[in-house]
Amino acid sequence: MGLTLTQKIIARAAGVTSVAPGEIVTCRVDLAMMHDSGGPRRVGPMLERLGAKVWDPSKVVVIADHYVPAIDADSAAILDLTRKWVKAAGITRFHDMQGICHVVLPERGHLRPGLFAVGGDSHSPTAGAFGCFMFGVGATEMAGVLVTGAIWLRVPQEHSVRWDGRLTTGVVAKDMVLAMCRTISLNGIKYGVVEYAGEAIAALSMSERMVLTNMTAELGAQTGIIAPDRTTVAYLAEVGVDAPDAITWQSDADSTPFKRWAFDATSLEPQIAAPHSPANSAPAREHRGTAIDQCYIGACTGAKLSDLHMAAEILKGRKVAPGTRLLVAPASTRITAIAAADGTLATLAEAGAILLPSGCGACAGLGAGLLAENEVCLSSTARNFKGRMGAASALVYLGSPYSVAAAAVAGHIVDPRELLAEQAAA
Amino acid sequence: MSARSNFGRAFVYGDDITTDALAPGAYMKKPVEEMASHCLEAIDPNFAKAVRAGDVVVGGENFGMGSSREQAAIALRQLGVNAVVAKSFAGLFFRNAVNVGLAPLVCAEADRIRPGDELSVEPVVGRIENLTTGEIYTCEPIPPHLLDMIRDGGLLPHLEKKLRKTAR
Repeated sequence: MGLTLTQKIIARAAGVTSVAPGEIVTCRVDLAMMHDSGGPRRVGPMLERLGAKVWDPSKVVVIADHYVPAIDADSAAILDLTRKWVKAAGITRFHDMQGICHVVLPERGHLRPGLFAVGGDSHSPTAGAFGCFMFGVGATEMAGVLVTGAIWLRVPQEHSVRWDGRLTTGVVAKDMVLAMCRTISLNGIKYGVVEYAGEAIAALSMSERMVLTNMTAELGAQTGIIAPDRTTVAYLAEVGVDAPDAITWQSDADSTPFKRWAFDATSLEPQIAAPHSPANSAPAREHRGTAIDQCYIGACTGAKLSDLHMAAEILKGRKVAPGTRLLVAPASTRITAIAAADGTLATLAEAGAILLPSGCGACAGLGAGLLAENEVCLSSTARNFKGRMGAASALVYLGSPYSVAAAAVAGHIVDPRELLAEQAAA
Repeated sequence: MSARSNFGRAFVYGDDITTDALAPGAYMKKPVEEMASHCLEAIDPNFAKAVRAGDVVVGGENFGMGSSREQAAIALRQLGVNAVVAKSFAGLFFRNAVNVGLAPLVCAEADRIRPGDELSVEPVVGRIENLTTGEIYTCEPIPPHLLDMIRDGGLLPHLEKKLRKTAR
């Protein structure tokens, strides 16, 4: 029987020819990524206690994205510690306030297909869009990796998720993943791995594929992965990654998944997840009229260039409704620069959007944009768990950047296709 | 340490208890004592005040869903909780719990435990005695490759021991 893409990466990292689901293996880590929250301030004292050094500084990437920019003495101290530790540890791949780790990693050319990587953040599965096997770990586990260069793993069960058909206008990857959360549930994958395939997946841009692998975390998976294709190769070339073997990282035709899931893209409508779970999703029209205090476009999940373009498409020539506020935190400084050059930021600003720094911000319960008691928010982020974005009584809905921008204009939830149709007719 | 048997009262919660509830983001930059005093406040404002050393947190499915922040497990340890019993755990939380010396016990009968029940928990053998009802529950065995780490009290003490051996 053949191997899946995931099993091939794990076997290579474990130094064996084949692995089977359930098997416990120890893998050599190709790349370890950590950020300012779970990184140096946590692992530094642990390494000191062990009297150990980073096993290979060239394999470590550190990204300051959580407490950026500093808003008080505590966050300033965390960033200061991060910068000093990185320098002392001899780590050169350090991105300070350049954007959110999961977006900066591919953007700055740190990812290539076949990589076995760990990240000190639960949305590390994002890298799976580039054919990497990358999963999230806590700080103690990261300290273990930094000391030994290795990590144990139970080879995950393979879940094949197929999306047939083609998405229609106004329906995007975020809608796909919210529909999956409902069908599969937040515990449905039980720490297995999801490999996405099908016509609708092949048609997605890298930026949209990242939304799927990013929120694979919300399906209870260890990680998600998409086999490299021409789109992947073109992206890698664009960011200057030389990966001649990229396309060879594929599942064997005779590999068998543990479970198969099938979805239809053509019939999918824009989705909205109601509080307090991404699995609590339904077609946007079912929530039509729900008044929104804050619209938030941000985070690794929902503020990439394509996300800002979606928002601008809706907001062009329109204004944010009185009584509603629209906050936009582009996912990286590179994205901000491109969006400034191509006119996207001007469109957002003219509509009345408030631009925030690139960082995890309100999505992680930090920085600007937290919610007051009983406020209602529609967000392009990944999680709407109780209390995550501010007050425990706040109500957070999740939707695509199209849906968030449309609600900002209407002042309440609408199916964004209503506004897109008006634009088309005008 | 989590390997020891443990005696305490049950604090019972439902499915999908999140890391945001266990370690709220707003307190992640604060010292562990302060962060832990807000543990679970979004779903039970009384928990951190009421819980005592040895008490046991009981959940349903997918306990510890969400973030990679191991402070979710550390907050419970800080409050004196040494074991969490649940029908299932989020994979990332399970690893973090073992790493910081909190025993995650998978127990199909977790839903038989009522708030305030007195429990005697033996993590390594995976046996829970409900002293209030007289019931005995069997947990899934801790994977053998993790037993040493549990016995050592977590990944750091485990690594410390290993590094000392290598140095000798």
